[in-house]
Amino acid sequence: MTLADIFLAVTWVGVTAYALLGGADFGAGAWDLIAGGAHGGARQRALIEHSIGPVWEANHVWLIFALVMLWTGFPTAFASIMSTLYIPLMAVAFGVILRGAAFAFRKAVPELWLKRLFGACFAASSVITPFFLGTVAGAVATGRVPPGTARGQPITSWVNPTSLLGGILAVGVCAYLAAVYLTNDARRTGDQELTEWFRVRALAAGLVVGVVALGGIGVLRADAPRLFDGLTGRALPLVAASALFGAASLVLLARRRLVAVRATAALAVVAIIWGWAAAQYPYLLVPYLTIAQAASSPAVMWAVLASLAVGSLLLVPSLTLLFVLFQREHVQDLAAAGHAGKGRTDRDGKEAQAL
Amino acid sequence: MAAALEMQVGTTAASAADLMAARSQMAVSLGWHIIVACLGVGFPLLVMVAEWRGLRTGDPAWRLLARRWARTLGVLFAVGAVSGTILSFELGILWPGMMGTFGEVIGLPFAIEGVAFFTEAIFLGIYLYAWDRLPPRAHLLCGIPIVISGVAGAFFVVAANSWMNQPRGFDLVDGKVTNVDPWAAMFNPATPPQTVHMILAAFLVSGYGVASVYAVAMLRGRRDRYHRLGFLLPFCFAAVVTPVQIGVGDWAAHFVADNQPVKLAAMEGVFHTERGAPLHLGGIEVDGELRYAVEIPDGLSLLAHWDPDAEIKGLDQVPAGDRPPVNVVHLSFQTMVAAGSALLVLAGWFALAWWRRRDLPRSDWFLRAASLAGVAAVIALEAGWVTTEVGRQPWIVYGYMRTSEAVSSAPGLRFGLYVLLVVYTLMTVATVYVLGRLARRPLPVAPQEHDVVEEKVT
Repeated sequence: MTLADIFLAVTWVGVTAYALLGGADFGAGAWDLIAGGAHGGARQRALIEHSIGPVWEANHVWLIFALVMLWTGFPTAFASIMSTLYIPLMAVAFGVILRGAAFAFRKAVPELWLKRLFGACFAASSVITPFFLGTVAGAVATGRVPPGTARGQPITSWVNPTSLLGGILAVGVCAYLAAVYLTNDARRTGDQELTEWFRVRALAAGLVVGVVALGGIGVLRADAPRLFDGLTGRALPLVAASALFGAASLVLLARRRLVAVRATAALAVVAIIWGWAAAQYPYLLVPYLTIAQAASSPAVMWAVLASLAVGSLLLVPSLTLLFVLFQREHVQDLAAAGHAGKGRTDRDGKEAQAL
Repeated sequence: MAAALEMQVGTTAASAADLMAARSQMAVSLGWHIIVACLGVGFPLLVMVAEWRGLRTGDPAWRLLARRWARTLGVLFAVGAVSGTILSFELGILWPGMMGTFGEVIGLPFAIEGVAFFTEAIFLGIYLYAWDRLPPRAHLLCGIPIVISGVAGAFFVVAANSWMNQPRGFDLVDGKVTNVDPWAAMFNPATPPQTVHMILAAFLVSGYGVASVYAVAMLRGRRDRYHRLGFLLPFCFAAVVTPVQIGVGDWAAHFVADNQPVKLAAMEGVFHTERGAPLHLGGIEVDGELRYAVEIPDGLSLLAHWDPDAEIKGLDQVPAGDRPPVNVVHLSFQTMVAAGSALLVLAGWFALAWWRRRDLPRSDWFLRAASLAGVAAVIALEAGWVTTEVGRQPWIVYGYMRTSEAVSSAPGLRFGLYVLLVVYTLMTVATVYVLGRLARRPLPVAPQEHDVVEEKVT
């Protein structure tokens, strides 16, 4: 492995973390969207808010991390991707803004109509954002981004069968991961009904994603033969692992093994993301630009990797503290509120009610 | 290695309107983010101090302030995080020429800023959501990383911006970047004055901004301990920082005078190189000269180089195509100086009253002025930022790459601006409404009131 390979692998770790963590936060927004009316969906929304509230900003940083790593390590690739795919990426940027702001605003206002407005905005942008990210992935994976400033097709680069597949899969995977995580979160509140609500949806989402992925094989074969060859060639073990983990997740969900399924569902996603990377290795922009050609100076890569190594001494314990604190605290805290069946569970909620 | 590739830079925008749209889009989104970002850097310190005082004294006013400020901080941080993200996108979408060529040179400070931002986001999550789950002292300690990483993040982002003014740490051979030294790029000569000036500006915006809210409330007759403390802490903080900031501003101006003389000439409206240059107050450029300005003889030479006879280079040192737009730069610089000076007078007024009577100035005019201080600080912030960014034009990377060479050649960039204007208008309305809503919540009359109980202040 060259230095550039290592740098890209670290970048890819960021992309993977964003898919697993940020993706689940988007998925939670998607379930928020279809949770029902202000009363019927109150418990779902309370759980969603409680689960993602403390962590979504930290999860969001992975996106920024991936962008910074890409432009630092592979500036030409970054400039090419951003300038060719400027329409879907601008949509992603707006989606990110609307999602985060509306989520924060919804908590801060007591009026129901405003909660609905901000809630709708939060939830809708939670669907739109991963969709466009998926189309971008499809464009890059199928070699529709040539190197250079805005050299690719502004529209067809991301409006094509593979991009569409990527967009749908991204939304589906986010919703699936979120439902899997939330099922277990709901279980720990002791709310059977809510647990079932999310478990059934996790199963349904898993099935849909599985079917779309199977159908996608045909799409890739027709639209992106090079990617198809990669996925069925060098990346085949990873693709197969993803399918296995996906199938296992469905079984575990059906048998209510709610902790184990968190791991298998995540692993299925990890495998496919790394499968994509393996399929197009050593190209960054297929078929034009390899990792080695796109790589920036070794001095830069060393400086950044060293800084990240030092930074991780700080970040790893901090992140552990964050997740441990809220995964554990979750239990008693939500259990109390969950039984009461109130629309709001945390302190902010009570405070809002008091006013 | 990037050099091995024929990256086509130096492309021009699809149309002149698209270049202007790209610049406007960057200006609007950055100008918006900069305000919330400043609050995100300075406000945590105030929240922390209030919480600490509450912990030490048990005073319910401090404790309620800390709780309420924390909620506002939560909203500000969320909005700041997402409005900052769009900037990373725009760097690539709007300015691929710069990022494709120089992305590796300025990547390091952004990567370290990422670590800082990560730390900030993690501890803010803990701070906001684990208030009642952690022992009070542990909770207070969780605030410290937020303060440090907020300031550190500001440092690294502004270091990257400083590099655009003083590009270092690379060689440019036939349009290709080689011999990159990311540390030299990050610690370029403009980094010290620019970062310090910006971080202090963040403190001023936060201090005066929060104090303004309570000044308004006090003008409306709410002069209880809660409102007094809510005013005094942020105001005193900002008042102490103000004279320091003016000193640092002077340092930054000297730096510009020595290193970016064209920018200084535009800031001061100097068209011809001369000795004993006068200081212009006001004035506007018409046909290549500054008219209607009040002149202070030798003032500029004295201020810029501590010598009344020092030579000040005029705009005529460079061809017309290399000059920034004088009116924008001159007026924004003067606006910043005026706003900063007004804040210094206000801080002095307060200091005098406090020294003599240990109290606020008695006059309502003081509170009226203080209620505008937040707006004045934001105006100074924006004007200063316009001065440094527009003053660098027509360069995006000073002396190396023009803004017109960096912009994307993709068609229809201007439509992005239109959508952005709509989205940001809505965002502004919503943010102002939500912040107003949080600020206007009524105070509990008695400690047994719900609000206080729920905010665990009793």
